[in-house]
Amino acid sequence: MATQSLMHRLPPVSVMIAGLVLFIMLILVLFAPLIAPMDPRDVSSYSLIDMEIPPAFMEGGDPRFLLGTDNQGRDLVSVILFGLRISVVIGLGAVLFAATLGVVLGLIAGFFGGMVDGIVMRIADVLVSFPTILVALLISGIARAQLSADTMLTWAPLVLIFSIAINEWVQYARTVRASTMVEVARDYVRAAKVIGLPSGRIMGRHILPNVMSSVMVIATINLAGAILTEATLSFLGAGMPPTYPSLGTLIRIGNQFLFSGLWWIAVMPAAVLVILVLAVNVIGDYLRDRFNPKLMAR
Amino acid sequence: MIRLLSVRLLQAVLVMLAVAAIAFVMFRFVGDPVASMVREGATQAEKDALRVALGLDRPVLVQFGNFVGQVLTGDLGTSFRYQQPVTSLLLSRLPATLELVVVATVLALAVGIPLGVLCALKPNSFLSRLTQATTLVGISMPTFVTGLLLILIFAVNLRWLPSSGRGDLVDLGLWQTGFLSLSGLKSLILPSITLALFQLTLIMRLVRSEMIDVLSSDYIRFAFARGLPRAYIYRRLALRNALMPVVTVTGLQIGQLIAFAIVTETVFQWPGMGLLFTNAVGYPDVPVLAAYLLFVGFLFVMINMIADILYTFIDPRLRTR
Repeated sequence: MATQSLMHRLPPVSVMIAGLVLFIMLILVLFAPLIAPMDPRDVSSYSLIDMEIPPAFMEGGDPRFLLGTDNQGRDLVSVILFGLRISVVIGLGAVLFAATLGVVLGLIAGFFGGMVDGIVMRIADVLVSFPTILVALLISGIARAQLSADTMLTWAPLVLIFSIAINEWVQYARTVRASTMVEVARDYVRAAKVIGLPSGRIMGRHILPNVMSSVMVIATINLAGAILTEATLSFLGAGMPPTYPSLGTLIRIGNQFLFSGLWWIAVMPAAVLVILVLAVNVIGDYLRDRFNPKLMAR
Repeated sequence: MIRLLSVRLLQAVLVMLAVAAIAFVMFRFVGDPVASMVREGATQAEKDALRVALGLDRPVLVQFGNFVGQVLTGDLGTSFRYQQPVTSLLLSRLPATLELVVVATVLALAVGIPLGVLCALKPNSFLSRLTQATTLVGISMPTFVTGLLLILIFAVNLRWLPSSGRGDLVDLGLWQTGFLSLSGLKSLILPSITLALFQLTLIMRLVRSEMIDVLSSDYIRFAFARGLPRAYIYRRLALRNALMPVVTVTGLQIGQLIAFAIVTETVFQWPGMGLLFTNAVGYPDVPVLAAYLLFVGFLFVMINMIADILYTFIDPRLRTR
């Protein structure tokens, strides 16, 4: 036990590396338009002459294109930077949406108990037994049947965020509900009730700060899952369209060229995706062990 | 025991009704069923006649009742895309998915349990360390990326194994199997490894942590004190108890398995129900989507119930409650 507490003073090397990787990726994402050698959306910035050039470190590579070019002559570094940006934004959006929904419903269920609690938690039970990807695919299919192709283009990121979050809020709700039920029985909450504070204020100002730490841990772990789900959906063709590609869409496009020997078009974005998710997972695991050992690995 | 079973049964029926209600809403309100079934250039009178014939003019609750009746008799409507009954479409794709899922699960259990036990018994050996390190990478590696890499290595570069389809099938009447031909078996290798990998990670981690828990418990220490042989303690006393949660979790993971089967089938163009489903999402083929939802819901309910009942058989303490 003594060695354990010593080890915990400083995060392990793997966590620090993961943190550094994540930090660099976030900088790249924030400043993508400044860093990227070209703008993949600007047709005039690339030409077909440069198409299908292998990565610079390979034979036949071109130093201008570090990771090679795709079938349209676009620089893969630039394409991936913009794709990474979309993946991260949708991942963060889904986590934010799911966390907000889960925290609010969890607080309400835990605070009021009874019927409200029963209804919210039964809905959660049914939802959580369906895998996120399946629900998200269903929602995507319904959205396609209801909306025109053009509307679908503009709404794709929001549909994605919604369809990922609709299943993921359950984890937050369950944890927040359990902690809220503990807090409600404490003296400070009883005192707040006695002096007649409105329920909303008690939940927001007094209970919420006490349950936030576990929410942050779940959110970090969930971020990796959300990014993966988005990538999977886009890979299956039910996510971001090729005009605004996320990493998943890029891998989907690259998949078509696998058999022509142009492996880098698919493998490069896939490598970036795996590194991103691995970094988030390492940090999430560390936070879970550090702050809340009770949250079981799922 | 009987009371426990009947309560579980009632819960199962309620959940199925809820799923059926969602599927019904999809059938009825997503897109216009009449517009998708009527011939082109039909008059308003013809459309109205079809509406009445389909029972779409009746109260919604009556329609829902009829819908449940139809589903119970195995009528899941007609696919927009293939113009075939959805039930027969699903049934024709079922063998492909089942063969893939069964092979992958057996593979995952056969490799995952021994590795988990090894990591628990000899945490410092080279193989355990390697396994532990690989699992974190395994979890972070999305199924479709694993599939793509396997295709790249074994199908594109080495040309050892096929990358798509099921190979030659042998027709056994109702069941078309890929088990009985060489190309069928070769086609099965890459997809089943892809699908097994994510389960394997989970099973391994679970067996490892359960084994460590069980081994530190009093009855195992007592068994050591009695001088019972190590192999007997590990196998008969420890592993047996460590495996109980594996039954439940494997049961609960069926949802994930279905989700990953969808992805795997799409990557390898494996003609199962998952591929049917992803194609239906893109089309969009609403009756197939709704029928798939019903099918998956039914499967979940059944498997959860079976896992619960199995549990009462494995663990005698639950029987008396």
